[in-house]
Amino acid sequence: MKVHEYQAKQILAGHGVAIPCGRLATTPAEARQIAEELGGPVVVKAQVHAGGRGKAGGVKLARSPQEAEAVAAAILGMKLVSRQTGPEGKIVRKVLVEEGVEIARELYVGVVLDRAVGLPVMMASKFGGMEIEEVAAAHPEAILKEHFDPVLGLHPFQARKLGFALELAGDTLKQFQRLVIALAKAYNESDASLAEINPLLITGAGAVMALDAKMTFDDNALTRQPAIAAMRDLDEEDPYEVEASKYDLNYIKLDGNIGCMVNGAGLAMATMDIIKHHGGNPANFLDVGGGASQERVEAAFRILLSDPAVKAVLINIFGGIVRCDMLAAGVVAAARNLAVKVPIVARLEGTNVDEGRRILAESGLAIQPADSMADAAAKVVAAAR
Amino acid sequence: MAIWVDERTKVVVQGLTGKEGQFHAAKCREYGTKIVAGVTPGKGGQAVDGVPVFDTVVEARRATGCNASLIFVPPMLAADAILEAADAGIELIVCISEGIPARDEVLVKRALAGSPSRLIGPNCPGIISPGKAKLGIMPAHIHRPGPVGVVSRSGTLTYEAVGQLTGLGLGQSTCVGIGGDPVPGTSFIDVLDAFNRDPQTEGVVMIGEIGGSAEEEAAAFVKANVKKPVVAFIAGQTAPPGRRMGHAGAIISGGKGTAKEKMEALAAAGIHVVATPAEIGITMARAMGRG
Repeated sequence: MKVHEYQAKQILAGHGVAIPCGRLATTPAEARQIAEELGGPVVVKAQVHAGGRGKAGGVKLARSPQEAEAVAAAILGMKLVSRQTGPEGKIVRKVLVEEGVEIARELYVGVVLDRAVGLPVMMASKFGGMEIEEVAAAHPEAILKEHFDPVLGLHPFQARKLGFALELAGDTLKQFQRLVIALAKAYNESDASLAEINPLLITGAGAVMALDAKMTFDDNALTRQPAIAAMRDLDEEDPYEVEASKYDLNYIKLDGNIGCMVNGAGLAMATMDIIKHHGGNPANFLDVGGGASQERVEAAFRILLSDPAVKAVLINIFGGIVRCDMLAAGVVAAARNLAVKVPIVARLEGTNVDEGRRILAESGLAIQPADSMADAAAKVVAAAR
Repeated sequence: MAIWVDERTKVVVQGLTGKEGQFHAAKCREYGTKIVAGVTPGKGGQAVDGVPVFDTVVEARRATGCNASLIFVPPMLAADAILEAADAGIELIVCISEGIPARDEVLVKRALAGSPSRLIGPNCPGIISPGKAKLGIMPAHIHRPGPVGVVSRSGTLTYEAVGQLTGLGLGQSTCVGIGGDPVPGTSFIDVLDAFNRDPQTEGVVMIGEIGGSAEEEAAAFVKANVKKPVVAFIAGQTAPPGRRMGHAGAIISGGKGTAKEKMEALAAAGIHVVATPAEIGITMARAMGRG
């Protein structure tokens, strides 16, 4: 799950990370009021779930409360288009108004799970403001890494190693040390999958603070992180995906025209791959899961058909514990209830497959049977043309 | 032979009294697996389908001599269940539970480092040595005993591959689902190493997917150590970056973990990489000289 910058900063500040003073505004008048309270120049920052906001015109400096109001009026409601939003962009509904701070140096610190090692890793680099992937590509030697145990946290000596390597000294080094230890703690205690401060700011006076922050969280842990789960912003998510999540369906919208309904994540990805291999384009990833009941099958059907781009549907089921005959009955009922108009190709395999195929054949519905994944892909690609 | 499980494996089911545990334990027993005990805290003394239930794994082990555990507990309790099994000295722990927080998996991996227990999963279909024992949720009837080892991060996609192999007359030595999570207990390399040493296994099918670098690490291992033919498929060639494709571990992050990188690394290691899942069975048959 993603959160906004202002929410990530709240979480980090709660663990002792220094952040600039500021508050969230949803109207230009609020932005003006916050700027008045802060005094001095402020920065108005669009809050959307995407990076690249600065280049897209979503971050502006304002030297007075009046200017803050004008800048906020321009940003609120704008469609922000950056490399990360895709061409459709994101509507800005909130802005963060923060005190302007003097920048002496910009660094990078961030925590992710290093899957190869099986431990979280604190990464640091002196190339603040650059995306860490770009740094990894251009200057791999410039990324410093310290792995740590989630229970023990990042040790002070590890924080010092990073700080010395970044050429920090004196009180700045001490502040840096406290900040990265707090960042590691925030990552651990909130079940984050990413906690990134980029840039980490060193002010002219030598103070250390998080100028920007990004956090994402492990979906599997949200039930034990209710405060974080409550930060979910449905406005930032695809409406089809929000609907699918109500039925525990794994649905991801893509830009093709062949709707896919598959049981199992690996098989669902492989089904997308084989459609592409046959010259087609999947409209979605959809895993109906192991216990695909009629209700879920129907919900899945409804969601994938509500995408107007869908010109044909491929059902690919390998019945293991789920019996093919039960699934076929669910598909027939769903197709009838929803009065499906687009061609459907169904490939069933596994437990009770003969009975399942018979139910589809005798349903009176125009469901084209297929006897292998390759056959199914070829048929659905032809049907979508 | 076969690896890790056979007709001598004695299984305790953690979560036997739950709906899923009871259902799948019965299916495993039907297949001939020795299910000797169940564990549900607070339900010790009861029995499920004639299988005695204990409060703790250590009691179950003392009473029945079980040496493997099959876990069906809710995801938030799964890490504790795994640690309890390891503490009781269970040699093979198979965790089916899906949805375990990554942080719990990191802690389990740390705790099991240096312990004699092997964890398979979590978020996996389990392990089957056809004709000998099944510890998992895979459909038994698609399997046949034979010479092909199968290792996979996926569930139903593994059934797809096994179905193709069996259809071509190629049975399986053991099929291991290592699971779709970011920090699995058993890696591709662990399984490839075991298949390499297993005299029954003459060829290996490996099914990976996007995310992480386990396939690249496996490629290096195969290149250095494995002489038996290996066929690989990587799911997610068309997956968009930055999106979690169903499995917690199936995500391309920061441009890393793409199917293309993995397929190139595997091919460079001399592995037969197939572009579509439809070609897995026939490619294995040809690689073993039976096509």
